Amino acid sequence: MRFVDEYRAPERVMQLIEQLNARARHLPHDARRPLRIMEVCGGHTHAIFKFGLDRLLPDNIEFIHGPGCPVCVLPMGRIDACIEIASRDGVIFCTFGDAMRVPGKEGSLLDAKARGADVRVVYSPMDALALARDNPQREVVFFGLGFETTMPATAVTLRQARLQGVNNFFMFCQHITLLPTLKSLLDRPENGIDAFLAPGHVSMVIGTGAYDFIAETYRRPLVVAGFEPLDLLQGVMMLVEQVGAGASRVENQYRRVVPDAGNSLARQAMAEVFAINGESEWRGLGTIADSGVHLTAPYQAFDAERHFQPRRRRVCDSPEARCGDVLTGRCKPADCPLLGRRCNPNNAFGALMVSSEGACSAWYQYRFQEEEA
Amino acid sequence: MSTVTLAQGSGGRAMQKLIATLFMAAFDNPLLATQEDQARIPLHLLNESGDRLAFSTDSYVIDPLSFPGGDIGKLAVCGTANDIAVGGATPRWLSCGFILEEGLEMATLESVVRSMAATAREAGIAIVTGDTKVVPRGAADKLFINTAGIGVIPAGLEWGAARLQPGDRLLVSGTLGDHGATILNLREQLGLEGELVSDCALLAPLISSLRDMPGIRAMRDATRGGVNAVAHEFAAASGCGIELEERALPLKPAVRGVCELLGLDALNFANEGKLVIGVAANQAQRLLERLRAHPLGRDAAIVGEVVARRGVRLSGFYGVQRTLDLPHSEPLPRIC
Repeated sequence: MRFVDEYRAPERVMQLIEQLNARARHLPHDARRPLRIMEVCGGHTHAIFKFGLDRLLPDNIEFIHGPGCPVCVLPMGRIDACIEIASRDGVIFCTFGDAMRVPGKEGSLLDAKARGADVRVVYSPMDALALARDNPQREVVFFGLGFETTMPATAVTLRQARLQGVNNFFMFCQHITLLPTLKSLLDRPENGIDAFLAPGHVSMVIGTGAYDFIAETYRRPLVVAGFEPLDLLQGVMMLVEQVGAGASRVENQYRRVVPDAGNSLARQAMAEVFAINGESEWRGLGTIADSGVHLTAPYQAFDAERHFQPRRRRVCDSPEARCGDVLTGRCKPADCPLLGRRCNPNNAFGALMVSSEGACSAWYQYRFQEEEA
Repeated sequence: MSTVTLAQGSGGRAMQKLIATLFMAAFDNPLLATQEDQARIPLHLLNESGDRLAFSTDSYVIDPLSFPGGDIGKLAVCGTANDIAVGGATPRWLSCGFILEEGLEMATLESVVRSMAATAREAGIAIVTGDTKVVPRGAADKLFINTAGIGVIPAGLEWGAARLQPGDRLLVSGTLGDHGATILNLREQLGLEGELVSDCALLAPLISSLRDMPGIRAMRDATRGGVNAVAHEFAAASGCGIELEERALPLKPAVRGVCELLGLDALNFANEGKLVIGVAANQAQRLLERLRAHPLGRDAAIVGEVVARRGVRLSGFYGVQRTLDLPHSEPLPRIC
C-alpha cells in the first residue's frame, strides 16, 4: 500500500494546493472565465470527484471532463449488435464487466444473459481465447472494447488465435483511438479547452510524442499525469506554470510508469492486427473522421461482424441530453436538464451516465446529495 | 465415491437413513431426539430470559462452499444467529433446511453438517428441527441451506435504528470487508495471497458483553452491502443523516489491496462478523474500550456520526465531503 499512500498523503496534497493557489493568482483567468483543463481520461475524472480535487482548486481553475471513457462513448446500436450475436445458439459472448450494464435500444448484455444468452465476464481477452479452445463446438466472441490501453492485449490474443489456428474464436471490434477525437474536439469552434491532462495508461503505449500536434498546432499545453491525487495536482501545477509562461509543451508527470517513447512492442502488435481508417461513431460526440479501428486483412477471419453479419443500427440519443456539451466543456453535468430524476446510474439516459467512470455518473455518485442541499 | 441421490430426498427409507446417520448424529440434542414433526420448546425456557421472542431467517447460497475462515455450514449458523443477537437476544434454537443437488459428494455434505454442528455447539445453540430436499442435477448448485432461529430479548433492552438521534456516534467492531474481499479473491481467481480470511464469526459473545452498556441505540451486523448499506438503513429508519470519516475506517492491508486493484470500496463489501453500533456521544469512548477488550472487537473504531441533515456521506482524506450512494446492485452475487 505504500506505493498508493505516498501519492495521497494529505499534508503533501494540502501543501500543493497552497502553492497552486499562490501561482494561480498570477494567471489572467478569473472565476468567470477560469483556466479550463480537460482531463481526458475517465479514470482521472473518477479520481477528481472521489477525492474532491475540483473543490480544492483555486476558483480560477476548473476541470472539463473529457471523452476518455470507452464505455461512455459506446454507441447504443453497437450494444444491440452485440446482443444479437450473443443471443445466437451456440455462442459464448465474452465481455469486460463494465460493458454488461450499458443499455442499447434492446436492453443490455445483462438483460440478454437473463433471457438465456451465454454472456460471460472476462478479465482478459486471453480468458476468452482459452474458452474457445476448451469449447471447440461453440463459437466464442470477445467484445474488444477500449483505447490503446486494451488494444495491445486484444492484438496479442488474436495473434495467438491465428498461430494456434483457433477457428471458433471471434472479436467484435469496438476499439477506438484517442488522438482523432482530441483533434476533433479542438477543431470545434469555442471548445473552451485551454490545456490537457493526458491519460497515463494510453500514453504508456502511444508515448508522449503522439501529443506533439496538440502543443505545436493547437498551442495547448499538455501534461501526461498519473491517477493519484498528488499526480493530478502536480499535473495541474505543471500546466499552470506553462500557461503562466505563455508556453505550450508536452510534459510527462507520470515518468514512473510512462516512458516518453511509449511501448514499441505493443504498438507493433497493434499495427499488425489493427488498421485505423474511416470514420466511426462516438456516443455523445457524433461521427469522427479517421477514428475507425478495423482488423487488418490477415485477421479478418476473426471479425465477429463479418462472420455473424448483425443488422447495422443507428440509435440516436435524446436531443435534450447535453452529453456532448459536457464533453466539450460547454456545461457541467449539473447543468443538464435530464440529470437526476431522468438520468441516473440506475436509469442511464445519456452517454456519460452509462459507465461508472463517466463524468455524470461520477458526479452523481459523489456529489448529487451535496449539490442538492 | 458416494454421492447424494434423489431417493435421499424422497421421504422413503433412503431419506430416513440419511437423517439418522448424518443429521441426527451430528446435531444430537434432546429437542431433536423426540423426532416429532416440530420441535417443542418449553415456554418457561423463554420466559426465564426475557419478554420478547426474536425470530429471524436467512438462506445461504454462497459459492464456493468453503473459503478461508469458514464454509457454508458455519455461515448458516453464524448468519442467522447474528441477526438474532444484534437485537439483544441470545440465539438458542435453530431450524435448518437443506436443498441438495443430486450428485453432490456425500463427503462435502458431511463436512458442511459437521461444521454446522460444531459452530452451533460452541455457541450453545441447538439445531432442533430440519428438512432435506434433493433436486435433480442442474436444478440447484450443489447445496443451499436455510436456517431460521429464535432467541429471547431481555426485558428493558430496546435497541432499534429508529432511536438514533443527531449527535450519536457510529462504531464498527473491526476491519471492513474481510468476507467480501476473501470471496472475491477466490471467485475471480485473483490469486492474491496473504491475510485474506473471512471474518465469519458468531457475534453473540461480543454482544452479550455489551448488554449492560448504557447509551446503545442501535446495532446491526453489516453483511451484504457492507457498512454502507447499514448506514443507509440507519438513516432511513431514524430520519437522520449519517456522516462517516474515511480516515477512521479500519481496513486490513490485503482488503485495501483488493479494493485498489479493482477500484471497489470496502464500505460496500460484505462482512460476516462485524457490528455497526449507534451510541450516545458521551458513551462512545467507553463502548470503544469495551469492544476492544473482546477478541472479536480488537480493531473496533469510531467511524462516524449521526447528523440532522439527511443522506449518507463520507468525509474524505482532504476534508471534502462526498455522497455515499448505495450501489445499484451487489457487485458480487452469491456471497453468503
